Amino acid sequence: MNDALDVALRLVIVFAVFMVLPLVVGQTEHKVMAHMQGRLGPMYAGGFHGWAQLVADGVKFAQKEDIVPAEADRRIFQLAPAVALLPYLLVLVAVPIGPGEGAVGQVVDAGIFFVLAVMGVGVLGSLMAGWASANKFSLLGGLRTAAQLLAYELPMLLAAASVAMAAGTVSLPGILDAFEWWWLPWQIVGALVFFVAGLAELQRPPFDMPVADSEIIFGAYTEYTGLRFALFLLAEYAGIVVLCALTTVLFLGGWHGPFGADGLGWVWTLLKVAVLAFVVIWLRVSYPRLREDQLQKLAWTTLIPLALAQIALTGIVKVAIN
Amino acid sequence: MADLPESTVLASEYFHSYSVVGLLAVIGVLFVAVAFGAGRLLRPVVPTPEKLLTYECGVDPVGEGWAHTQVRYYVYAFLYVIFAVDSIFLFPWATVFAAPGYGATTLVEMFIFLGFLAVGLLYAWKKGVLEWT
Repeated sequence: MNDALDVALRLVIVFAVFMVLPLVVGQTEHKVMAHMQGRLGPMYAGGFHGWAQLVADGVKFAQKEDIVPAEADRRIFQLAPAVALLPYLLVLVAVPIGPGEGAVGQVVDAGIFFVLAVMGVGVLGSLMAGWASANKFSLLGGLRTAAQLLAYELPMLLAAASVAMAAGTVSLPGILDAFEWWWLPWQIVGALVFFVAGLAELQRPPFDMPVADSEIIFGAYTEYTGLRFALFLLAEYAGIVVLCALTTVLFLGGWHGPFGADGLGWVWTLLKVAVLAFVVIWLRVSYPRLREDQLQKLAWTTLIPLALAQIALTGIVKVAIN
Repeated sequence: MADLPESTVLASEYFHSYSVVGLLAVIGVLFVAVAFGAGRLLRPVVPTPEKLLTYECGVDPVGEGWAHTQVRYYVYAFLYVIFAVDSIFLFPWATVFAAPGYGATTLVEMFIFLGFLAVGLLYAWKKGVLEWT
């Protein structure tokens, strides 16, 4: 009975994190972008600096009419947002936020494997939406999404493999147990590759070619309204949380900090995730969108060779130490 | 569980961890179902033929949505599949390559593996697969 209660509590916490953190990132994006551009951003909803803007957005989305175009592939069109969103929920359960087995939703022994595989499913949602909409803009957006996935999944995989080599395990808590501070400079190239590839997979600016609003309206999401559209947006921000959490766990030492790892582990984790999320927002404000060919070139001629070099470096250092 | 064989205990732990993941998936599906169900009750439904038209910047759509497009990247889609399948094998190897008794041998093997990938990439590059302009 206690076990069941324990599991239930963990799942509730994971679900709460999944519901809250993406909204926090979204609201932060509103405010940070605004201030970087000399604006104030939302100020009205909720009273204090527009803190309830996303709640108001949610209420608006829930009241909007749900339109499925007559030409569309109805079932697939309606299912796509769920397919895009749910994988990120499943990834969160495997992310450790503190030392010990108590501070993770569920220890999954094939951690990295599980996490990368499940994250890959999320992209299917965009592909389904792009194809099922029967809209030319959506189709183009879907094709660009596919191209981006093909280009950036590989460097991400290779960079993650480098960490698995360094730690000698693919379990996420295991990696954190093995972490030493000098892994930071040792794995820095892998970290950059992983983070950039993750951004591209989330289709965040400057890699937002698949949803480029000035060319193809909103790519695969053009035909969506109301709640289903909101779920796609939620998926994007949940994706940011997941990407930042994974980068933190794999490359930045997760709950390790200069002091207080035992009691304050979760604070370090959240702090690192927050800083990374800020960088994600910052990049959106700072960089123009990459063209499709620049995007492919970056992946195949820069990131993949870098990731391979990182694997070679990891292998040499690891064997030299032993 | 004390008198069960060790392999049985291991297997039950293995399935336990994934059953929790499965439970979370069920919660997720329920969440989406409830959201869609509640949305159905809340939102207006007033379809008109114009609303259900495919969106094409406000003009009547021309032809079908499933149009012919040139998929320029199918060649490196093959490249991706080959590389990704190769890379999957890195993970089981990564967990043991530095274990006592392996060391230098596995390191050489790794460089051979990386060499194959690098040669493949260079070949594709030379063939112009990685040129887009």
